[in-house]
Amino acid sequence: MSDSNKDIQIVEAPEGHEGSGFFATSLEKVIGLARKNSLWPLPFATSCCGIEFMATMGSHYDISRFGSERPSFSPRQADLLMVMGTIAKKMAPVVKQVYEQMAEPRWVIAVGACASSGGIFDTYSVLQGIDRIVPVDVYVPGCPPRPEQILDGLMRVQDLAENESLSRRNSPEYQALLASYNIK
Amino acid sequence: MELTNENVLGKIIEQFGIDNIWDAVNPDGIMTFQTNRETIIPLIQYLYDDKELQVRFLTTMAGIHYPEQKDKELCMMYQLHSLRHNFRLRIKVFFPINDPVLPTLTNIYATANWMEREAYDFYGIVFSGHPNLIRILNVEDMEYHPMLKQYPLEDQTREDKIDTFFGR
Repeated sequence: MSDSNKDIQIVEAPEGHEGSGFFATSLEKVIGLARKNSLWPLPFATSCCGIEFMATMGSHYDISRFGSERPSFSPRQADLLMVMGTIAKKMAPVVKQVYEQMAEPRWVIAVGACASSGGIFDTYSVLQGIDRIVPVDVYVPGCPPRPEQILDGLMRVQDLAENESLSRRNSPEYQALLASYNIK
Repeated sequence: MELTNENVLGKIIEQFGIDNIWDAVNPDGIMTFQTNRETIIPLIQYLYDDKELQVRFLTTMAGIHYPEQKDKELCMMYQLHSLRHNFRLRIKVFFPINDPVLPTLTNIYATANWMEREAYDFYGIVFSGHPNLIRILNVEDMEYHPMLKQYPLEDQTREDKIDTFFGR
């Protein structure tokens, strides 16, 4: 217990110019840093991958170490949609609506085989991967994946958030991507 | 009367006649027989009302599709249970696929409501007199009845599973 107070890690400052009393860096890096370390996930859990996410959220694996302290059950306040589990075709409009309600910038992780590709449920009633209805940033393989893998997926999203250009969400490429999914 | 399969079958045949009750077998010890569309509802009502039997629980209903049986392509299976005597029985009704109409059981068992919707959803069986015969499990805009055997089980839009490796 006594060591734990000394062993506190804080995020390193981005590249910049430092002198006595000032520190100068680019706005993009500061925003990237802030976004990276405060990704609020919206857990969309439908099956066993959701159980693994509960372990990921719990004290042992502790997703809050990565700034995802607050799972947001309101899409308006969420940055990251985590789809965990089989999405039936009847559920697909719900996932899409949740995604549409999220504010930009927003990221999506498909956790597990079912969310990524339909998994073993190669059947007429199951959506064959959520990338059929919303754009996906990171795919986490596994059936179900272990909490370590889900955390690794979150860290990949952190990399994306840190390095994303501030103008990306306004770029024609991004607008074309959304248009290809018939979103907005 | 002791409730053995033979005794109950004899009682039912006595009531409804040998022309309406046939093909009685006992798979898994549960009496199973066939009847026709005209008899099924009076039969289940009779089993419900009869003081000796008191068959008052509808365990399940299921549709079945036998595409190779001419004019008997579709089947509806009713599984009933007398909780009073712990006696079960299974009734099958066969009918042609181009006339998939059955009388509804909802007037006797309210639980038949969702089961008949399920049979309609998956097999296209129409229950005349049903209060709300709409799809129950599949997406509302689905244009076919997916458990009929002419339709493939797999999702046809999947590109990564090719025949060479997955034998589709």
